[in-house]
Amino acid sequence: MRALISLVAVLLLVAVAYGMAEANMRFLLGVVIPYAAVAVFIFGMIARVLKWGSSPVPFRIPTTCGQQKSLPWIKQSKLESPSGTMGVLGRMALEVFFFRSLFRNLKMQRYEGNQLAYGEAKWLWLAGLAFHWTFLVILLRHLRFFTLAVPVPVQMLEGLDSFLQIGAPILYITDVIFLAAVTGLFIRRVMLPQVRYISLMADYFPLFLILGIGVTGVMMRYLTKTDILSVKILTMSLVRFSPDASVLGQIGVLFYIHLFLISVLFLYFPFSKLVHMAGVFMSPTRNLAANNRWKRHINPWNYPVHVHTYEEYENDFRAKMKEAGLPVEKE
Amino acid sequence: MAKLPKPEELAKVDYTPPKTSWMDTPVVIKEGMFCHGAKTKSLQTLGFPNARDWRPMDADWKLPENWKEILLNGIADRLKKYRSFQLFMDICVRCGACADKCHFFIGTGDPKNMPVLRAELIRSVYRKEFTLAGKIFGKMAGARELTLDVLKEWWYYFFQCTECRRCSVFCPYGIDQAEITIIGRELLNELGLNIDWIAGPASACYMKGNHLGLEPHTIVGNLEYMLDDIETITGKRIKPTFNRKGAEILFVTPSGDLFADPGTYTAMGYLMLFEELGLDYTWSTYASEGGNFGFFTTNELAKRLNSKIYNEAKRLGVKWILGGECGHMWRVLSQYMDTWNGPADFLEVPKSPITGTVFDHAKSMKMIHVAEFTADLIKNNKLKLDPKRNDHLTVTWHDSCNTARGMGLLEEPRYVLKSVVNNFHEMPEDTIREKTFCCGSGSGLNASEDMDLRMKGGFPRANAVKFVHEHHGVNMLANVCAIDRASLKPLMDYWVPGVGVCGLHELVANALVMTGEKERTTDLRGEPLPSAQAKEEKA
Repeated sequence: MRALISLVAVLLLVAVAYGMAEANMRFLLGVVIPYAAVAVFIFGMIARVLKWGSSPVPFRIPTTCGQQKSLPWIKQSKLESPSGTMGVLGRMALEVFFFRSLFRNLKMQRYEGNQLAYGEAKWLWLAGLAFHWTFLVILLRHLRFFTLAVPVPVQMLEGLDSFLQIGAPILYITDVIFLAAVTGLFIRRVMLPQVRYISLMADYFPLFLILGIGVTGVMMRYLTKTDILSVKILTMSLVRFSPDASVLGQIGVLFYIHLFLISVLFLYFPFSKLVHMAGVFMSPTRNLAANNRWKRHINPWNYPVHVHTYEEYENDFRAKMKEAGLPVEKE
Repeated sequence: MAKLPKPEELAKVDYTPPKTSWMDTPVVIKEGMFCHGAKTKSLQTLGFPNARDWRPMDADWKLPENWKEILLNGIADRLKKYRSFQLFMDICVRCGACADKCHFFIGTGDPKNMPVLRAELIRSVYRKEFTLAGKIFGKMAGARELTLDVLKEWWYYFFQCTECRRCSVFCPYGIDQAEITIIGRELLNELGLNIDWIAGPASACYMKGNHLGLEPHTIVGNLEYMLDDIETITGKRIKPTFNRKGAEILFVTPSGDLFADPGTYTAMGYLMLFEELGLDYTWSTYASEGGNFGFFTTNELAKRLNSKIYNEAKRLGVKWILGGECGHMWRVLSQYMDTWNGPADFLEVPKSPITGTVFDHAKSMKMIHVAEFTADLIKNNKLKLDPKRNDHLTVTWHDSCNTARGMGLLEEPRYVLKSVVNNFHEMPEDTIREKTFCCGSGSGLNASEDMDLRMKGGFPRANAVKFVHEHHGVNMLANVCAIDRASLKPLMDYWVPGVGVCGLHELVANALVMTGEKERTTDLRGEPLPSAQAKEEKA
């Protein structure tokens, strides 16, 4: 149900974009909304990160996933239980670029006689990694629309991405993987009873939205003809902050749907779970060194507390202590 | 108290989620799954709010009029104080990787025991009250009103989490349910909604120095019993000191080891080892608790209880502190103590008087774990060991949650263990080290009225033990945690009869050849040694 409502919501967004494009509200779709969306995204994310940053980290609480640094002859696990900056950077790099923790994923299984076993479960990791990486590559490929001369790294990326040399226009492998991964993540969400049970609309909506962006993008490249030249004139004029409205009429409706969905994604981003993109860098269980024992961590709001002193304790038990032969401070 | 069902019954777990969505499925508080409410006296001793006697099964929890306001202010306060809390409220994507990592979910099948959903219990209220999307879109954005039912749900499920951090190992963002439970319990505490198995020991610890409420003369007396046993076994009379000023080392261990077996055997182990080394150390009756049940109530109480360790070290003028075998004790010591009550600049960097090893990695907190201390001794050949004395045992190693995931103490105890026993087998790799399973009774849930919960939560641990019991004949489950020693025993008796539970230093002391000892015929438990048995059979 929650999935269905989310799907309908995205389809509605498509309809809105279609309607607006047809109703000659292209300046709104092609210029005003994208500008607004990017602004909301940038300021929203900055505000979000500042908000996180404004809460202190009172305690150093890394989750140690390997051997601590202790005696010199015991091999420390420098990435899983990092004790210095390099180790933390390594751990974070593994986490951010390769989803290290998700790679550990296991699937609990129960067998006859109540035997538990833990099987490999790499699908979530694989789909997640494929989704995020291809999304990034596709985003980088789009730089060709925002730079006058296509930068060499972007050209190389495109070359690499199309090395299969299938079809005309040549097929980008990332397009295929991206759509497959998003679809896979959706299927997983509805198929696994536990995951379906915890899923909110906030989980389905971004999936459909991103799928919509992917599908419209792919349609523009492989199925319909898009006036790339005009698109680039528009995007370059947006980059220069002097929108060129003259080309708006020459670009097909599909492009406006694509752009509108992207705008919605940007608008939605800072207010949703998608902020994990920035949050992952700030997680205290991952980005702190496990060096508490030799480097004191300061809690900015540490305050004096009422304690039960030794003196009070001895006052309570002096007679018993003396009888038991224990030394006392006061006779 | 409800009768504990048979293992076959308890093992029947249905993982199918309910038909109704979790927000529309009200909590049902079940006998055997929760602990008694905190008593008036315990809360009063600690100066905690809303001290009164109350029962979780009663409809009326005797809450203050403005309970909702107290909670919401409490959440706002913690969002500002803890980046972890603020971040963990915002970034979960509900991928579900944590779901089947929780021992309580595996053991109960209750979806609200999936760490993600346990967190959503509080996150949903956070969305409603603290986010724009939640305020506007309400339920569609996963937000819900804080009601009495929601409050009861919090209480029920935050006391069905042992703060073991296993979920945080698997979370792609390191979201730590322990952190959320810790804060959740702190919020509940503001309404006086603690459990007595935590508040009782915490108040005892505050007034008397230890969770069990052992008064100074009782501590001495309990140790005397152990010394008698040691004399019977080894022929040696040991004379430890208490509250002695000028000792080089202060020794602090969980009080559970002074009270009941098998913990007492571990304490005997310490006594024998330190005697053999001629260690200049002292026990303290004031700082007679290594563990910290305050940690399961509020950050502030944890700090108040913890303060005794440094204060006592200062009063006695020792050089450094040696800590015994305990789990959450070491999470608290290694990740909180120095921040709360440091800097301990009146102490010196721990240095083994026997080997001269300087424990640089503890140069700020000035305290080392006895497994580190002993590993160093063995590495430097300072102990005469006869592992054959443990040949009647086939041992496996249980990594305690907190020493594993809150410290990284993995190899030191294994090195010691392998030096003192000949028969050692690891449990399956997905159930040990950073992926170790909780005993099911941690974080103050090791009461007797919640046995259903404990046996269910301990099921994955027990299951892995069963595997090595059946495949390798393992009959002893060794560990470095006092709660483990107390709680794994009933867990083994229930799920894997025939497997005993012991601390590391019990095995060390079994193998330790002491100067001038008589020929030993039994181990610390009074069980005949294999060698003695063989001799008897020959004769």
